[in-house]
Amino acid sequence: MNVKALLAVLLIGVILFWAVGDMPAFGDPQSPATRYTGKLYVDLALQDVGVENIVTAILASYRGFDTLGETVVIFTAGISVALLLRRGGRL
Amino acid sequence: MRENVVIRTISRISVPFIQVFALYVIVHGAVGAGGGFQGGVAFAASFILMFIAFGLSGVEKRLGKKWLMVYSIIGIAIYAGIGFLCLAAGGNYLEYGAIESAVGVAHLHGYLIDAVEMGIGITVMAVMVSIISDVMDRDGESP
Repeated sequence: MNVKALLAVLLIGVILFWAVGDMPAFGDPQSPATRYTGKLYVDLALQDVGVENIVTAILASYRGFDTLGETVVIFTAGISVALLLRRGGRL
Repeated sequence: MRENVVIRTISRISVPFIQVFALYVIVHGAVGAGGGFQGGVAFAASFILMFIAFGLSGVEKRLGKKWLMVYSIIGIAIYAGIGFLCLAAGGNYLEYGAIESAVGVAHLHGYLIDAVEMGIGITVMAVMVSIISDVMDRDGESP
């Protein structure tokens, strides 16, 4: 077993567990993410977008350009696999 | 694998239900849990089940493998085309409210989101099936 790799993993694990104490509790209504941006979306999504699902409203409307990029990333993955593995044939 | 009558019968029964559920997930994205990515992956899973049960070559022939990349381009074109429609209606790129106020139909914003989700679903489905059919082993010969 590689002792150095084990020590590095243990060190990073200890640091991560050390940082857990500073995280807000799960579902904490006073956490910064809930008090500012999240509350804004919950209040405004229905009248801005007219869609009941806030996740879809953020994904497709507020962050629409980002989602277009994600779709292009998936398309690029498909094109890359096709170019690498389909040798000799036409696309 | 092809001789196994249990696998073939069960997949023949369950594939239509998986596909209907996938379409439900895509269309239901605006009002509940769901969306284009999840529904597209579920739709691709039905084709992967068909690959497993009926063999790669036959399903590829029925599916039209050379059209898969065209489908994925169509999905992105739906998404980007709606963005350009918003530009033509006088708004910013992908600002659906511009189309809604230009056309004057109520709740068009939600329908445009549904159309965008369908574009995402088509792209994800086509890319997943394309990757799986490229990577799967076809009877020992190299892909």
